[in-house]
Amino acid sequence: MRARTTQSWPTDERLIAAERAAAAGPAWLAETRRQGLRIFRDAGVPHAKIEAWKYTGVNGLVGIGFDPHAPAPEVRIPPPPLAGLEDAYRVVFVNGRFAPLLSELDGLAEGVAVVPLTTAAADPPEAVRAHLGRVLDLDGMPFAALNAAFWTEGCLVTLDDGCTLSRPIHLVSIAAGGDAPTMFAPRTLVVFGRGARATIVESHLGTDGAPTFSNAVSEVVAAEGAVVEHYKQVQGCEADFHVGASAVSLGAGASYDGFALTLGGRLVRNETRVTLASPGAECRINGAYAAFGDSHVDNTTLIDHVAAGATSRETFMGVVGDSARGVFQGKTLVRAHAQKTDGHMLHKALLLSSGAEVDAKPELEIYADDVKCSHGATAGKLDETMLFYLLSRGIPRGQARRLLIEAFLAGALDEIRHANVREALRGALMKSIGDATRDLGCD
Amino acid sequence: MALLEIEGLRARVEGKEILKGVDLRVEAGAVHAVMGPNGSGKSTLAHVIAGRPGYEVTDGSITFDGRDLLSLGADERARAGVFLAFQYPVEIPGVTNTTFLRHALNAQRAERGEPTLDPIEFVRMLRDKMRSLGVTEELLKRPVNVGFSGGEKKRNEILQMAVLEPRLAVLDETDSGLDIDALKVVADGVNALRSPARGMLLITHYQRVLSYVVPDHVHVFAGGVIVASGDKDLARELEEKGYADFAAADAA
Repeated sequence: MRARTTQSWPTDERLIAAERAAAAGPAWLAETRRQGLRIFRDAGVPHAKIEAWKYTGVNGLVGIGFDPHAPAPEVRIPPPPLAGLEDAYRVVFVNGRFAPLLSELDGLAEGVAVVPLTTAAADPPEAVRAHLGRVLDLDGMPFAALNAAFWTEGCLVTLDDGCTLSRPIHLVSIAAGGDAPTMFAPRTLVVFGRGARATIVESHLGTDGAPTFSNAVSEVVAAEGAVVEHYKQVQGCEADFHVGASAVSLGAGASYDGFALTLGGRLVRNETRVTLASPGAECRINGAYAAFGDSHVDNTTLIDHVAAGATSRETFMGVVGDSARGVFQGKTLVRAHAQKTDGHMLHKALLLSSGAEVDAKPELEIYADDVKCSHGATAGKLDETMLFYLLSRGIPRGQARRLLIEAFLAGALDEIRHANVREALRGALMKSIGDATRDLGCD
Repeated sequence: MALLEIEGLRARVEGKEILKGVDLRVEAGAVHAVMGPNGSGKSTLAHVIAGRPGYEVTDGSITFDGRDLLSLGADERARAGVFLAFQYPVEIPGVTNTTFLRHALNAQRAERGEPTLDPIEFVRMLRDKMRSLGVTEELLKRPVNVGFSGGEKKRNEILQMAVLEPRLAVLDETDSGLDIDALKVVADGVNALRSPARGMLLITHYQRVLSYVVPDHVHVFAGGVIVASGDKDLARELEEKGYADFAAADAA
């Protein structure tokens, strides 16, 4: 039997040091850092009795004792770009630190700024002071609070009114495993001016080595009529932890097309909160995941309909094999003034083995009386009849399974509006499934 | 040795014995028709040959081209040259017909040590085969069998057979549910694939299809066994008298 430990994480010394560091920075920033610390101290590390963390335990994470000051191994070669996204602007971070030599920002269009967040914070433009830490409500978000307190570097993207960016911006965060477990807190702020249009792709990747913990926060603000495409790929190594929060605020008539593709990691939680505070906004948050081995993948979303006449669409699909676990918690909140809300949510899971598990909790909370909302969730096995049909044509079993899994997840991937990103992520998915040498997590 | 040799085959489905000692030899170059009433077990025979899960062979043997077919998995049987045209072709949303066919052909080519075809080469090869079967390009782009009419599904089965060029084709009630025009197209497709190197097993409830695909041998299936065998005239006799006499003979 293992003794229960009452170790605190992060250690008190670490928290005090963070507090001191916060005080040394600019006053406005110090306040957001202190607020983060306060909220984290009050809430503590989440446990199973907290509803939002009922299905996702973090004891494994806490037990590792991640250290933000563990030395990061050097990464000299940039990871290959996603096939089809070679033309994207690239901003690369290694263990949370900006890596200018791996980045590629040549020919950045007029009206767009991409700068390291520390540079921006030293002499903050209006966008930073107005929005950094203001989009995401830290209530019930202990890890995001920790990020607010601890982040050391990040990325600021601003788009002027009416600016259209034809090439995607690819933000690549590499979790480089070194000799000791290391943690870092990437921070991203993207501000869209009125009618601005751009595609932001986040890739959170891992390299072999000691475990890493990437505790990420992204905030996206879209002014009236902006068109936002915001896609995320999480593909860590077996020992990597990723807890990421994305908060999105949409102005009137703005649209948001979001997708989260999770292909690997010991524990991954993608938590997305979208606030539809103005009429006529459109929000689409979709995602797909493939979890094998001991992997734990959690997608938690909150779509908050505050204003009337907004629409939301949400489709998540997952494939879970071996003894992996998938968690989906989707909540659509329709406040009293949000009449004529149109909201649909769907989660579908494919279980490949008897040891695999999926917990789905779709929720509608509606206070308006003239709305059109629905939700659904299904979980099932690979269809034996389909499998036999493919086998009967000579397609080997492993390949037949991959075809059916790809076909299943295509139901979510097809929702991605940006064609090149859609194919790039599909390629990453197929390569990931194709790389699996084991019999794809099946019994 | 015949291409396919079935001896004393007994099989169960969900604990119930359906095949009760089937003996059948199909030579290369021959078309054998297996006729019988509903529930006689003739479709079970087709599925046991193809290796469908849930069909438990309790006795007897199936030898294909000198190999013990029952020791092979369904995909291995297909790559060895066995093809089953399904009575109810399966819909697979999300997989296009072209992708499906290319994966199938390339798996079989790889087994034979032949180079696999890239998508462009594959479509070029496919075009000729499609034209004669009246399969449109549009049908190839759609997900496998999804939204296909009954006739389109059956034509799609024959197209797969034409692409895969099996040594043994088992057609499970491919004629059922087709109007006369669709039946002719399917029958023409089957006839075009008759070859001295290929054996065919045509499983049907009706004599009608045998006017278009004239068999070399006809077997009557009843109560899980073959109760009579003959040439094409046996089919005509069946059409006149019905299955009742044969079923009674089996019961007696």
